[in-house]
Amino acid sequence: MYLNQFLLLSAALFAIGVYGVLARRNGVLVLMSIELILNAVNINLVAFAAFGNQLAGEVFALFVIAVAAAEVGVGLAMILLLYRNRKSIDLTQIDLMRG
Amino acid sequence: MEVAVFIVSAVVVLSGALGVLLARNPVHAALFLVQTLFGVAVLFVLLDATFLAAVQVMVYAGAIVILFLFVIMLLGVDRADDLGIEPIAGQRPLAAVVGMSLAGLLATVLLVAVDGLTGAPAGTPIGDAGDNTRRLGEALFTDMVFAVELTAILLTVAVVGAVALARRLSGPMQPLPVVAIAEVDDDPDEATGDDS
Amino acid sequence: MIAALTTPYVAWWALVPLITFAVAGFLLLTVASLVRRLPAVLAPAWTAVAGLGVLLYLVPMWSRVGRDGADSFLAGTVGVDRSSIFVTGILAVAVIAAALISRDYLPREDLPGVELYVLLLMSAAGGVVMASANDLIVLFLGLEILSIAVYVLAALHLRRIESQEAALKYFLLGAFSSAFLLYGIALVYGATGSTNMVRISAFLAQNVLVDDAMLLAGLGLLLVGLGFKVAVVPFHAWTPDVYQGAPTPVVAWMAAGVKAAGFAALMRVFVLTLGTYVSDWRPAFQVIAAATVLAGAVVAVVQTDVKRMLAYSSIVHAGFILVGLQAATDRGNSSVLAYLAVYAFLTVGSFAVVTVVSGTGDASHGLDAYRGMGRRHPALAGVFTVLLLGQAGIPFTGGFVVKLGVLAAAVDGGAYWLAGVAMLAAAVAAFVYLRLLVAMYLEEVPSGTETSGAVPLGALVVAVASAVIVLVVGLVPGPLLDLARDAVPVLVAG
Repeated sequence: MYLNQFLLLSAALFAIGVYGVLARRNGVLVLMSIELILNAVNINLVAFAAFGNQLAGEVFALFVIAVAAAEVGVGLAMILLLYRNRKSIDLTQIDLMRG
Repeated sequence: MEVAVFIVSAVVVLSGALGVLLARNPVHAALFLVQTLFGVAVLFVLLDATFLAAVQVMVYAGAIVILFLFVIMLLGVDRADDLGIEPIAGQRPLAAVVGMSLAGLLATVLLVAVDGLTGAPAGTPIGDAGDNTRRLGEALFTDMVFAVELTAILLTVAVVGAVALARRLSGPMQPLPVVAIAEVDDDPDEATGDDS
Repeated sequence: MIAALTTPYVAWWALVPLITFAVAGFLLLTVASLVRRLPAVLAPAWTAVAGLGVLLYLVPMWSRVGRDGADSFLAGTVGVDRSSIFVTGILAVAVIAAALISRDYLPREDLPGVELYVLLLMSAAGGVVMASANDLIVLFLGLEILSIAVYVLAALHLRRIESQEAALKYFLLGAFSSAFLLYGIALVYGATGSTNMVRISAFLAQNVLVDDAMLLAGLGLLLVGLGFKVAVVPFHAWTPDVYQGAPTPVVAWMAAGVKAAGFAALMRVFVLTLGTYVSDWRPAFQVIAAATVLAGAVVAVVQTDVKRMLAYSSIVHAGFILVGLQAATDRGNSSVLAYLAVYAFLTVGSFAVVTVVSGTGDASHGLDAYRGMGRRHPALAGVFTVLLLGQAGIPFTGGFVVKLGVLAAAVDGGAYWLAGVAMLAAAVAAFVYLRLLVAMYLEEVPSGTETSGAVPLGALVVAVASAVIVLVVGLVPGPLLDLARDAVPVLVAG
């Protein structure tokens, strides 16, 4: 096995996530795409940790998961709140403010 | 053997990710997300990060995706994201260009860079599969103890935030600006979604 | 087999500001959940006292660090130097100001209040962590504590849908940018083999990478992630919408506190940790700084909503701070710190006035609301005038002194063109403030506008104090500049 494999896989996952964030209109699906990017990060971190034989990467990956959980909790609460008041989570309809 | 496992899990990860990207139904997208997360967990095992693999399955695939599913259910399952409609003219091709160029850039960079990879050797080794969890635990409560404490603050913030947002106020909402009211009324079938 | 763990050395005296903010938040949360009816004044007073306590504690801490030198502890993950103390001070000031402004804001809007103060204190704790992180993991966690708290704060006007939309927009873009930041950290970790900033900088100083493509890619992604937090072009698109939608006291905290913490992080990561790569990142910083000051100033001129105007003006300020940061010299760093300090006062003062003018509902932010203010509210208009002149960088105000500082740092580093562009942008941006001044003094009160009553005390105190400080710094700049000069950021090994 080579480090390259993992890094390339992670780069592909990252790009898919970025496309998802930019192209999706549904707030929940955008949040899922962000999770894809965070997983790409974790693949990178764990691969670096394994091939460099040092723990810091794995520790970091653990914290990334914790942060992801916190972000998802707050994000979904926000989406629910907006849905309750707007009856829509379509991001293209979030347009009350214009310059 | 290891290469075979890698290839299989890579296919699982990427097809799951594409599923998240293309699924019309948000529930399907969440299930595809589980697929990706499982694939990543297998990769973690392959890289001797056994504890992380367990956390990945339990916290990520278990807790986080369930949270997603709850919210999708609360919002109504039938609300498919119609991929046929362009959100903003040209946004999707632009997103594709950005995504592809990022992928290309990173791939090139990583391909050329890995030969020159010279990590500083200092630092705790990760240990083999049996030892890894103990080392991780030790690191968390010695070198990284401050980060663990910070996570406590982080999670408190998240809980307080989520509760504060979920609160219902007595008393009226402020009226929407005129434009927005017209827009909401334009969509009668969306407005009949669940109100609870 | 149970092996005893040797826990790392903790310099508790240096953690006091962080612990004060966090514990004050936790205590307030506990008390508020146990006692049914808290007096409304308790939470803001508590928050302001916590901020004041931190501010006072920083004085002995400052002299101690001056005497013993910078320190690093908790296994090298936290460092305390005078720059982190300086930034902590700015954060404390912003907390006090935001609490005072909120005191009258929440009852006026008929909103329940304790969460706002809890989250404010917690996000300040996150900012303190960012300003003193010596490890990228810790830096990231601090950033997330700060950001997640602020995402929620932006949504806290539960009666205004604009507020919730702004928060969702901020949240999604913020989470996106955090993901970029993380990918960048991962690549830097891969290229250098450590997440510890001291080790990274030592490693880069002693070794020449055979191939630094990965490090450079990581550096770029780090810039994207942090650039979003401090709102520089092209990562600024969220700023006007979020400023317009979020509750005004929260905007004061976002503009003063979040920006200070973000620039402290940029300074630690780029100038200190990746200082050996300065020739690689400086051109990017210069281009971004030039684009930020120009785009911000030009777009600000055409705004009609005062909050959006101030949002674009905050973008211009971010560009100016970047002009000082790209020099990557001691002089540049101290000019950045001085700018952050004065900018914090300018911005909390301005948003205090905006909070008062916006009226019940936090909705009237058009220029109309400011027309004839010079006659209706001479005192408030006078204070606002001083703050606007300060933002424009008129001589004899603090804004002038610090603008001069960053320009001098840029010229010192040979970036003449950048200094020229920044001066041009400052001239354009001056029109924005001029327009507001004209509306306040030269235009008639539009008919039908009721003359609003008394100005609430909290906001008034913040506005007047900020204006006075801005004037004092403008007339006697010595003390602040000395403080900023002494606040040299350093990385020391633990």
